[in-house]
This record gives sequence, C-alpha cells and structure tokens, in this order.
Amino acid sequence: MSDASKSNALRADLRADKRKRRRARADMRFKWYGLTALGLAMLFLVFFFVDIISKGLPAFQQAEILVQVSYSESVKSNYNRAVDKRYRKLISRSWLRTIPMQLEEHPDMIGTTAEQWVLADYRVDQFLKGHEGHKLKKKYQKLVRQLQEEGKVRLAFNSGFFSNGDSKLPENAGILASAVGSVLVLLLTMLFAVPVGVMTAIYLEEFAPDNRFTQLIEVNINNLAAIPSILYGLLGLAIFINFMGVPRSSALAGGLTLALMTLPIIIIATRAALRAVPESIREAAYGLGASSLQTVWHHVLPLAMPGILTGSIIGLAQAMGETAPLLIVGMMAYIPEAPHSILAATTVLPAQVYTWSGESIRAFEERTAAGIMVLLAVLLSLNALAIRLRNRSEQTW
Amino acid sequence: MATDMKNKLTIRGLKLWYGDFEALHGIDLDILAGKVTAFIGPSGCGKSTFLRCLNRMNDRIAGCRVEGDVLLEGNDIYAPDVDVVQLRTHIGMVFQKPNPFPKSIYENIAYAPRIHGMVQDGPDMDELVETALRKASIWDEVKDKLQQPGTALSGGQQQRLCIARTIAVQPDVILMDEPCSALDPIATAKIEELMDELKQEYTIVIVTHNMQQAARASDYTAYFYLGDLIEYGETSQIFTAPSNQRTEDYITGRFG
Repeated sequence: MSDASKSNALRADLRADKRKRRRARADMRFKWYGLTALGLAMLFLVFFFVDIISKGLPAFQQAEILVQVSYSESVKSNYNRAVDKRYRKLISRSWLRTIPMQLEEHPDMIGTTAEQWVLADYRVDQFLKGHEGHKLKKKYQKLVRQLQEEGKVRLAFNSGFFSNGDSKLPENAGILASAVGSVLVLLLTMLFAVPVGVMTAIYLEEFAPDNRFTQLIEVNINNLAAIPSILYGLLGLAIFINFMGVPRSSALAGGLTLALMTLPIIIIATRAALRAVPESIREAAYGLGASSLQTVWHHVLPLAMPGILTGSIIGLAQAMGETAPLLIVGMMAYIPEAPHSILAATTVLPAQVYTWSGESIRAFEERTAAGIMVLLAVLLSLNALAIRLRNRSEQTW
Repeated sequence: MATDMKNKLTIRGLKLWYGDFEALHGIDLDILAGKVTAFIGPSGCGKSTFLRCLNRMNDRIAGCRVEGDVLLEGNDIYAPDVDVVQLRTHIGMVFQKPNPFPKSIYENIAYAPRIHGMVQDGPDMDELVETALRKASIWDEVKDKLQQPGTALSGGQQQRLCIARTIAVQPDVILMDEPCSALDPIATAKIEELMDELKQEYTIVIVTHNMQQAARASDYTAYFYLGDLIEYGETSQIFTAPSNQRTEDYITGRFG
C-alpha cells in the first residue's frame, strides 16, 4: 500500500459514519438517562424541603394578644376572671390556667392590673396565619380584625415551642420534653453501644483466631445490621423490660434498645477502620517487641480512630431518627414535661413528630413540620460532623 | 571456618508448614556473630519465611507451624517458656517497605525504649534518640526536624529511620527483609554502607533479590530454592566458585 492510499484509508476510518454516529448518540443518551435520574431525585428533595419548610416555618411564630389582666383575689379560684369576658375566648387556656400558680408564687401581684402580651388561642393563631380550617367563629374573626387595627394582636417568635413539652393545646405544645428525651436516649445509646461495639470489633479484628466460630459470629453481625428495626423493639421489650425490669417508656429502656440496633453498625464500621490500618504498622510495632495490646493501643487504634468515630456517629444518627423500636418499648407517649431521670417516662423527637401528625386539630400540622425541621437540622449536623472526621482521616502513611 | 568465629544463631532441622503445605524442609544453618549474612533465591523459595522464623514473626500467621531448633547463643527461641515479645527486643527487624509510625521522628525512635522501660523520657531519652539516629547515619539530615512526622521523609531516609528505630532497642541481631527493594540506587548505596558499619556491633541477616547487593554487602551467602538450603558459604566463594550447579545457574542469571 502506498503512503497516499494509507493516509486516505485512515481519513476514511476517522470520518464519522452511521455506525460511529450511532455510538456517539448512545453515549449521549446514557448521559441523559443519568441526568434525568439525578434531576428526578433533586426534584423530590426540593419538593420535600419546600413542603416541610413552608409548612413548618409559620410554627416558629405564635399569635399574642395585648390585653388588660387584673390579678384580683378572686382570680385565684377562677382564672377566667383575669381578663375581660369579651376577649376570654381569644386567649389560650394554657396561659389562663397558670395565673393562680403565678399568684401563689408572687403574692405581691395580687390586686394589681397590667396590660400585657399573652398567648392567643390556636384558632386565633391559625386565623391570623391565614390557614384554612382555623375554626374561629365569625364574631371573633371580626374582633381579631378590630384588635389587629388597634395593633393589639401580633405574631411573635414562638419561644414556647422550644421551652414547652407536649400539650393537648396546640399553641402550648413544644419540643423541649422530646428533645431532652432524645439527648438522654442518645447518650445512653452511645454509652452502651460505642464501648461494647468497639471492643468487639477490636477483638474480632486483632485477636480472634479465624475459625468456624468467629466466622459464624461475623456472618451474624452482618445480618443483624440488616434486620428491620422494629424487631429490636421486640427484643428490647423481652430483655430489658420483661426480663430485667427496666421501666417501660423510660430513657434507659429506649437507649438500651437503640444500643442493640446500633451495635452491628458500630462493629462493622470499626472493623473496616481497623482493617484499613496497614499491616506494615502492626509489623513495625511487633518487630520492635511491642505486645499485642501495645500494638493495638498505641498504633492501630489511634490510626483507626477517625473511621471509628465516623461509623459511630452515623450509627448514632440513625438511632436518633429511629421510631419503630421505640414504639414497642412504649416511648410513643404523651409527655408534657422533660424527663428528670433515665427511669422516668420519656419520649423522643421522632416519636413526638409522629404523635403530632396523628392529632386531629389542624394547628398541629405546622408543629409536626417544625418538629421535622428540628430533627433534620440535628441529623444533618451529625452527618456533617461525620463527613468532616472522614475527610480528616484521609491521611497517608 | 575459623575457630574464633562465634555462632550467633544456630538453626537445626527447621521445618515450617503453612497449614498442610510444607514451606521449609529442614534447614541447618549457622549465622556468625558480627557478620552480614545474605539470603538469596528465586521468589517463593522460602528465604523470607525463614528470616521470619528467626524472630518468630511467623507466630502471627494463622496455621503456621514450626519444627526444629533455632538457638540464639545456645538458647532455644522456640522453647515454651520464651516470651516472644521479649525475644524481638533481641532480634530486631527491618521490613521491605519503609514503615515509620505516623508520628514524629523523635517518637519513632523513642517508642520502643519507652515501652521496654529502658530509659526515662528526658535528657537520657534525647541522648538515646541521637545515638540511634547517628548510628543509622541519618542524624545530620533530621537533627533540626525531630518533631516532624517520620512519614514526611524520603523513602531512603524513612528506611534509615526504621533501622535507627530498631537499633534503639539495642538488639543482638538485625533481620532485614529486602530493605532496599523500594529504594533508588543512591539510597540503596547508603543502606549498604550502613550495614557495613553496623556489623561491628550487630549481626545482620538480609534477604535480597539483588545479586550485586548480596555480593557487595554480605560476608556470607545462603542460596535457597523451593524450601531447601542449597548452598551456604563465604560470599566470595559462592559468587566465584559455587559448588552447586543450581547456585551457579541462579547467580549467573540462567534462571530465576
């Protein structure tokens, strides 16, 4: 073949013909399938966030009314007398109820009057926020409009949402009790699951002989990580409540149950982190006459620590968002006050969200969404912490 | 062999199994004190396995079984009452890939003396660290950056740091498992020079794939093939007048 014809043949081969164009189109299509899938996922995510935030954001504001309150002696026995009959229905009963207690604590208030901002009834709140189904009677609607013109009605920051426990009156319901419960349960889970899980992983990875028995354990641990979480609830009920006599609904029962669920996750993550430590580091230590314990404690564990922490945090974050096993150990309870001990009846954030979502009063809807927002914020910060630790662990040796 | 030469290690009838596989078929070998002994042979011949028998690093491998005697100055290191951890302070090891701890240069050296309670932290430890680094001919390069991570050094420096780390425990024997295979020729030359100095104080056993290295750096050479010791003798004799045909074939590059 001459040089010229060789060059021509090459040119022909490089030219895009039908087959090559089809190949290029297939490439393009594949790229678009991927982009479509990604777009769809993004769409759902955006929809979810927009929905939750638009529903939940109003809950961070709460209606208040400026009224004349008279703390007369007779109010002690009948708190309804504290405000003018005209406005009584506009004011939250949960606030009115506290007046006798306030007077009990501060006797010097008796006989005084004050014009003050007080918590409004949830119907007023919903009406002001323009929600349908506010159920505020026509005559009160008019009154609220009138008060609004006089500047005696306002939407203020809802501090009660963070400082109150659950309540049957939506305007008074808050997440404090469940948030404290979540913290308690999570601390207990961490206290039990992390040491036990890390020690188990260290034994299996660094000390255990490789035999049938340890293989059986390994398979079982991997399976446990994939078991439906509600089964852990049944296990917790059987072991901790029925057998060990831990009080039902208590943070201890919930924490131990979630610890069971978190254990396999921590064990698997820790083993992976230990395995990622190069064998040469162990050899170096053994070669210098370090014992097994010294090798693990001084060299392997510090190197595996970021991985262990990451795995533990992800496990704990999962435990924090868990609801199903806690249903079984009785943590889906009405808890108006923050628990004062690990044996007291407790609820947790996801359980609180679930409870509110089942309430018939519409005003609970925005509180449900707000609860989800708080839960998401906590979980996202936990995951961000885990990612930071993972990035820090990407060192070379 | 001259009579004034002393055996540091005496190996008799050493057999080793990985599970059912017999990797070493009864090795008899005397390793002389104050000399550099090189183990050569094709890959998989058992020379590294044999080296690891000498400080019982093979104990860590599941299913590994050893028979026969390894005597360190007459003491059987496989005797039931021997503490393996203590044994390794007498027979140190340098590995194929430089493996400094991801800690400071100072800590790399000070770690082992500290865990063995040899000296207290403070001026004594500083002195020990300096001595070890000097003996490993790396002091001048690192004296100003002792607190920097050992992993930041170059490959050759890392390997000399590892040698210094081994020296710090003051062992009798230093085992080196292909210590230069990950290094460039200049770093390799430095390590070989270092071995020549170190043999004044220590007995050195080195596994190498590099014929020239064995010829240059060692006093005695042992040729292994398929789990057998084929030939053992003075390096000059092995490389110039091997008595075994297989040794000659390997050394001259006809196979292996």
